[in-house]
Amino acid sequence: MYDGTKILIGLIIGLAFFLSPFFYNAGKAAKAPQPELSPKAKEAKVCVREKDYMRSNHMQLLDNWRHTVVRDDVRYYKSPLNDKIYYMSLQQTCMECHSNKSKFCDSCHNYFGLVPYCWDCHVEPKEKK
Amino acid sequence: MDLNRREFIKTIGIASALGILGGKGFELLLPGELDAKVLTESKGKQWAMVIDMPKCIQKNQKEPCKECITSCHTIHNVPDLADPKVELKWIWKEKYENTFPGTHHEYTNEAVHGKDFIVLCNHCTNPPCVRVCPTKATWQRPDGIVMMDWHRCIGCRFCMAACPYGARSFNWGDPRKCPPDKNPNFPTNMAYPTRSKGVVEKCTFCPELLAKGELPACVQACEKIKVNALIFGDLSDPESVVRQVLREKYTIRRKPELGTAPKVFYII
Ligand code: HEC
Ligand code: HEC
Ligand code: HEC
Repeated sequence: MYDGTKILIGLIIGLAFFLSPFFYNAGKAAKAPQPELSPKAKEAKVCVREKDYMRSNHMQLLDNWRHTVVRDDVRYYKSPLNDKIYYMSLQQTCMECHSNKSKFCDSCHNYFGLVPYCWDCHVEPKEKK
Repeated sequence: MDLNRREFIKTIGIASALGILGGKGFELLLPGELDAKVLTESKGKQWAMVIDMPKCIQKNQKEPCKECITSCHTIHNVPDLADPKVELKWIWKEKYENTFPGTHHEYTNEAVHGKDFIVLCNHCTNPPCVRVCPTKATWQRPDGIVMMDWHRCIGCRFCMAACPYGARSFNWGDPRKCPPDKNPNFPTNMAYPTRSKGVVEKCTFCPELLAKGELPACVQACEKIKVNALIFGDLSDPESVVRQVLREKYTIRRKPELGTAPKVFYII
């Protein structure tokens, strides 16, 4: 009635098929993104806030900036990092330093499969190819 | 575990309260972090504009002039879509008869009959568009400017239906897909955003320039060609330029019977 070998072979083939994506991708883990600083950012040395803060909270910071600028008409931001005053603008401040959007912002966002809709309206810096 | 409905609701309540308190998702900027430099240019003011049409018409009779329109639309990345059905406009020309329907009659000064008047958002004291906006994407600032927050606009177009002056335009398509022959260098201003498909736009009285102590783009353009037909200033200051002009010259506003109380005045 039961043919043990056939079942076993079937199981092995089935299992191999099921696990094939894991073998296929083995050793090819996508590298953690390495955002590249533009010459201008390198020269500035620091961001508008601490690096760790920026890495984890830049979306909240941007959200706050757009709210205060557009709704409250407050346009300058004093950084608690060094008391420097920044004009709160995505295009004129962030992208002035991070003018290499494709190698900076996008390198991370692509890794996370993220496409911020900001660029539907905000103009991306022109990059030399 | 045996939970009755009451206990279940209590547990959920406590859990969600803890979730909020413990969550980092609610971390915003600390108080005082944004106090930096609060701009005072607009504090306590009521911005208004006077349009001196005799000066504008005189200039136009010499040669067609649209410096104010070009300047505004260049600075704010407003494309020319070459189709009146979908056109985008912040400041534009309207025939005298359509600017003041009901007010004009055949015996008014012939000099204005059939002439192009400059029209823009009236930044009404009682803006009907603000009343109908379901998301507060358009609202009235303390300085009287009827502002747009494009981040909140959902494109419902109630404001367009409410505005009696047709001062609002809708983006039926992606403005960046404007005809390149009419818009060779779009976006024209790399420092200002465009809009996207599905949002409404209109004149804002240039808060980004006012914040720097500058006049709106159209006013600057008209001053540059020394016509000075656009006069801008603070309505709440009796000595301001607009108040002086309003005192000396007789002015009218568009559709006063509606009670919107426009802050754009016309010398006829
Ligand atoms: C004055 C130039 C300058 C401006 C303006 C600026 N940045 Fe930066 N940014 C830097 C530099 C330099 C670094 C690297 C900091 C370091 O290594 O300590 C950085 C780091 C970052 C990082 C972290 C990158 C990483 O490797 O983790 C993010 C995210 C970031 N910036 C986003 C922004 C955003 C968003 C804005 C606008 C709100 C902005 N930056 C404005 C110069 C700038
Ligand atoms: C260190 C990697 C990194 C860099 C560099 C970086 N981002 Fe991000 N960004 C992220 C991650 C991760 C998220 C998603 C966070 C989340 O969903 O909670 C994000 C989210 C955002 C969002 C919110 C998007 C949304 O749809 O909610 C904006 C806006 C944004 N980033 C702008 C920028 C800009 C502008 C730059 C370049 C100046 C930049 N980011 C650079 C990692 C990065
Ligand atoms: C529908 C179009 C649109 C979209 C989408 C959009 N913005 Fe904006 N944004 C604007 C306009 C228009 C202004 C007004 C600029 C002004 O008045 O100076 C603005 C202003 C801002 C400002 C302040 C002023 C400046 O020059 O930057 C910030 C910061 C900002 N937006 C961030 C964002 C971020 C972050 C996103 C994406 C999460 C985003 N915006 C998406 C249209 C848009």
